[in-house]
Amino acid sequence: MDRRQVLKGAGAAGVVSVAIAAGLLKSTDVFAAYNKAGFDTKDAGAAMAAAGGASAVASADVVVKAPDIAENGAVVPVEVISNIAGTTRIAIVGEKNSQPLIADFTFSNGGVGYVSTRIKMGATSNIVGVVHAGGKAFKGHKEVKVTIGGCGG
Amino acid sequence: MAMKLRASMSGDTADIKCLMNHPMETGMRKDAASGKLVPAHHITNVTCSVGGKVVMDAQWGGGISKNPYLAIKVKGAKAGDKVTVDWTDNTGEKESADAAIG
Repeated sequence: MDRRQVLKGAGAAGVVSVAIAAGLLKSTDVFAAYNKAGFDTKDAGAAMAAAGGASAVASADVVVKAPDIAENGAVVPVEVISNIAGTTRIAIVGEKNSQPLIADFTFSNGGVGYVSTRIKMGATSNIVGVVHAGGKAFKGHKEVKVTIGGCGG
Repeated sequence: MAMKLRASMSGDTADIKCLMNHPMETGMRKDAASGKLVPAHHITNVTCSVGGKVVMDAQWGGGISKNPYLAIKVKGAKAGDKVTVDWTDNTGEKESADAAIG
């Protein structure tokens, strides 16, 4: 990394922020910063930490719905339902996935603590739902037996 | 093929369902023919707004299945409100779709 590259990088970042300030980019074009390190980690503990769930308390009010057995690990339907009032964030972690952090959702303006999607699972493991509400973290899980892995295949 | 987006009221809550077209490559899968790793190509950010207000802002890894399905619920929305879903991926591609709540 030489000085020229550093200046180039700084210049490009400056152009983007100026464009936002000038209203050239709509707010819908600008997404939240991406937690690349959190999604790239191969460590389930680090993934839980990235989800803000390192010290999450297990709660029966966090319901993870998924099939008992997934014949195809490439497509496993998952619902995470938070019955905790004031839920602002739900993350999904697949404990034995090669990249355990799968998704991280934040809710606002009436968005309810509920999400339904389809995920990949590499092996039989727990799917953990991490819920944030009122400044605290909670978690629930569901074990899914995977017959054919969906990662790396 | 474009993103499919449907929204309907159920009591005081809007059910928003979305189907996106995307390969969702993790970067760790080997191509069967060449034996080479297929480069990572997956959606990283998804937002949903109702009536211009953001109701969901999500970050995704490659662990979401190919051609992603997403359903969420929004309280306080009403029939006719405009729902917009936007995604962008790790290569800078993006797509947007909107629909009125039915």
